[in-house]
Amino acid sequence: MRCEAVASRLPGPAGAAVEVRDLTIGRGDVTLVEGITFSVPRGEIFAILGGSGSGKSTLLRYLVGLETPMKGEIDVAGRGPPDLDAGLPPFGVMFQGGALFGSMTVLENVTLPLEEWTDLPIADVDVIASAKLELVGLASAADQLPAQISGGMTKRAAIARALALDPPIVFFDEPGAGLDPVTALEIDNLILTLARSSNLTVLMVTHELASIFRIADRCLLLDRSSKRVLAIGDPRALRVSDEPRIREFFNPPSKGTERP
Amino acid sequence: MGRLETREAPALIAEIRTATAHVEQPTIDLAGVAEVDGGFLALLRADLAARNVRADVRGGERLGALVDLYRGDVRPLSRKARSPEELLCHVGRAAVIDVGHLTSILAFTGQLAIAAVRVVRRPRRGHWSELPYLVERAGADAVPIVLVINFLIGFVLGYMAARALSMFGANIYVSDLVGIGMTRQLGPLMTAVILCGRSGAAYTTELGAMKVDEEIDALRTLGLEPFGWLVMPRLLALLVALPALTLLADIVGMCGGLVVAVTSLGLTPRGYFNELRSTLTPWDVESGVILSLAFALAIGLIACEQGFAASGGPQGVGQRTTSAVVTSLFAIVVLDACITVLYRAYGLS
Repeated sequence: MRCEAVASRLPGPAGAAVEVRDLTIGRGDVTLVEGITFSVPRGEIFAILGGSGSGKSTLLRYLVGLETPMKGEIDVAGRGPPDLDAGLPPFGVMFQGGALFGSMTVLENVTLPLEEWTDLPIADVDVIASAKLELVGLASAADQLPAQISGGMTKRAAIARALALDPPIVFFDEPGAGLDPVTALEIDNLILTLARSSNLTVLMVTHELASIFRIADRCLLLDRSSKRVLAIGDPRALRVSDEPRIREFFNPPSKGTERP
Repeated sequence: MGRLETREAPALIAEIRTATAHVEQPTIDLAGVAEVDGGFLALLRADLAARNVRADVRGGERLGALVDLYRGDVRPLSRKARSPEELLCHVGRAAVIDVGHLTSILAFTGQLAIAAVRVVRRPRRGHWSELPYLVERAGADAVPIVLVINFLIGFVLGYMAARALSMFGANIYVSDLVGIGMTRQLGPLMTAVILCGRSGAAYTTELGAMKVDEEIDALRTLGLEPFGWLVMPRLLALLVALPALTLLADIVGMCGGLVVAVTSLGLTPRGYFNELRSTLTPWDVESGVILSLAFALAIGLIACEQGFAASGGPQGVGQRTTSAVVTSLFAIVVLDACITVLYRAYGLS
């Protein structure tokens, strides 16, 4: 029964992992972006970009079903709009601030989805959770409470929790922000390896240009002033776009950022 | 020259103003200054802009970059006036918000009912392992304060009764008054007030912090039911703890009355309890327990609803907590009045 439940989470072979048509997003009564249309095939690493306040994280909340679209359609894993009341969703989510459960240790945070959604014996659950923590380099902090670890560690623990059930799709909200460059690189490599080896689909909101060029197959650029999608495509191609605003985003003026 | 600092800026700028009063396009060269700070430059710019003087401010090689940072004309941004609302407006707005609370609590109850169906179908959706801990926290941990407060309430009640009763030589009836008063009204009421302050406030703060930190969203994206996971165990904990504490309250309240009866009315403990036994009916205790169940439901629903409605950081959580406690107290008193009237209407008093 459990295996069935997991198998049904995989999107059909032909369908896109995430499909969005003419979506309007907003916060309260304020419209942030209109006419968002894109499709993410399975196994792709898709980055959602934009200046601060442009609605990147809000878009993510719509994609995972925490907000109901004002207009437009969302299809996740070929199962229609995400419904969080319908059991285990076909994706994992890492929130910007980690959103670890404060009353549980780091390890318990990762074992929770395994305990709730599988019938595995507790020993096996612990093995899987430990392996996930090892992936993000956090095995040593397993018994700490979220309040006792740093912001970067919280973020990594949240990544481990999002990956706990090996979902076919993972949404990351700024996975690299606030991490030291070495750890950020490790997380990038982890995402890249998972996407390439297990056909994991990744949608991530991010600010880190280095990370975008390193791992993103395609990206979506939101624009706050025009409330539109500015561009969709390969970031390496967008870097040399004819549109100055797109070019500027991917090539921020570097004057004064390095000491002579 | 030495340092140009914000603190001395008004005087210095006044000097500059007099020195350049009749110059069309003055040049202000700060190259010879040892140090200059940003606040001084902002004030200088603002002063020049206010007088419509197009001055050339220079900083030389060393301070040029800093001077350039404050190149634009500084116009003070207008502060948003935050004068306190007029009293009448405030009272009106508060009343409207309170009515709004009522509808949102009803909506929350509806959502909870729908979630309850899902939880009953799949009990796995509830976090029942937390229940004993929650009962302990709401119930056992509250025992000392419930004992002390209700003992004193019984004691005070006894004194109030003693004065009137001794005038008629009806001293023995102090036990009737304290017994019925505690079991029917004051035991459930005082215990509910204590739990509202202890557990109700704690629930709102906990759930509010979880909401603000996106933990509730995280729970949902893991396919777990926040109502089953967070609200139902808390509600159940209160439904267990409050009636149990109420029974304890009844007993210690009567003991408080006993102290008065023995010390100032010259009754014996045996006489006091015999009188109690002859007047108190099981319904007196039961009606109080039913009251306490209603109070528990109200406290739990309001506390959890307000926690889930929290937004915008610590201040938002604080506001919701205040509002939860106030609304719960209000609900407790209103429920008390309504249920007491109902008892009477159905001949149960």
